[in-house]
Amino acid sequence: MSSQVTIIDYGLGNLHSLEKAMEHLGAEVSVDVDGSAIADAERIIIPGVGAFPEGMNGMIARNQVDEVREFAASGRPVMGICLGCQLLLSTSEEFGEREGLGIIPGKVVPLPAESASVPHVGWSRLQINESGRSAAGEKLSTFTNGTWTYFVHSYHCQPADDHHRLAVCGHGDAVLTAAVGRDNILGFQFHPEKSSSEGLRMLEEFLQL
Amino acid sequence: MVFRVIPRLDIKPPNLVKGINLEGVRKLGNPTDFARRYYEDGADELFYQDVVASLYGRKGFMELVTHTANELFVPLTVGGGLRKLDDIQKALRHGADKVCLNTQAVTQPEFIREASAKFGNQCIVVALEVVPYRDGRGWEPLFNNGREHTGLDAEEWAHRAVELGAGELLVTDIHSEGTKRGFDFEFGDRLVKELNVPIVLHGGAGSPEDVVKAADRGYSGVAISSILHYEKTAIHDIKESLEKAGITVRR
Repeated sequence: MSSQVTIIDYGLGNLHSLEKAMEHLGAEVSVDVDGSAIADAERIIIPGVGAFPEGMNGMIARNQVDEVREFAASGRPVMGICLGCQLLLSTSEEFGEREGLGIIPGKVVPLPAESASVPHVGWSRLQINESGRSAAGEKLSTFTNGTWTYFVHSYHCQPADDHHRLAVCGHGDAVLTAAVGRDNILGFQFHPEKSSSEGLRMLEEFLQL
Repeated sequence: MVFRVIPRLDIKPPNLVKGINLEGVRKLGNPTDFARRYYEDGADELFYQDVVASLYGRKGFMELVTHTANELFVPLTVGGGLRKLDDIQKALRHGADKVCLNTQAVTQPEFIREASAKFGNQCIVVALEVVPYRDGRGWEPLFNNGREHTGLDAEEWAHRAVELGAGELLVTDIHSEGTKRGFDFEFGDRLVKELNVPIVLHGGAGSPEDVVKAADRGYSGVAISSILHYEKTAIHDIKESLEKAGITVRR
């Protein structure tokens, strides 16, 4: 069975790895560049590496903001990765306060001072937040305590409601948000497409949602 | 940060090659086959160095990068012949996650600043390939695969590279490289103590125990090649030794 996924290209970062990972898993991949391919998608992924304001600017310029919000409200699966995860939140403090997609209430803040380093680059283990709730997250068999995942970031998400924080990871003395979500929405601060077979498994199971 | 075991593949397209002291390369086979074996065995990252880029351009190398990135899902660092911001952009577009700079960085240090500003310091690795000065006054960084001299002090250069935006340093002791005699820690240890960026050590690993020593000394990871290519040991054996020594590894 071939699953369809639409990757949101808002002009930042490198879609290559994600696109190839999805093709590797047998997905039928389309890339949206102007908002027109979102409404009919089965599921969407918002990828991205880069700065928050540029990310929002890109999505506005490409008419993707309202389309993504409506898609998320429709109950179909949404995954944000790295900057794409941060864009799901209400606001970000990166280069001055800036409004995000507002799909998950909360804000994006710099990594705390107790962090071992900024940026946080490398492998860390997921610690699932027991009070976190996401129907989509519960269906991913490798989205569990102890799974090694690969991170590259200088900011992280601070959901307003702790139920929307699905997982954290330690970095020095700091505890960072590793994943956010609710219902059909998943936001991964780490890169599943760079997290070896366990990360790939998350993407594979996302295709089955 | 978790200690990383990074297989390093020196590539002379279309072959994986291996030399000694960065010289005298021998052909070993198809790089992707080796990379796949390492990926499946638990490599935390992969490192591809185009050893002929500065001599012949990059024909065929980027295709190998793409081919690897399409099938192996761990971070990939690419080095060799990256002289312009466009070259870095191209490497990233072909599937690299990080780039490793040496020649252009050491001859035009501002290049590190420009590259780091454009792509982020997490993306910029600077290589230091060093030999000790004969009179004992420290180490000299070489470039062009150890063929050309800089006359610089490698320790000062390391500090400068980090100030300019290097997010990670890859330190090769040229006299140890390819010998399997064990790492020479003397130069790298100074950087581990003095600098706040990850330091990856390369050159001379002969056994899993050598890797354990590097982890104990505070290195962020090791880049290894000969002992893996010649199947003297395997990544899972190295990680087992690290774990027995009480070091956390990704398993």
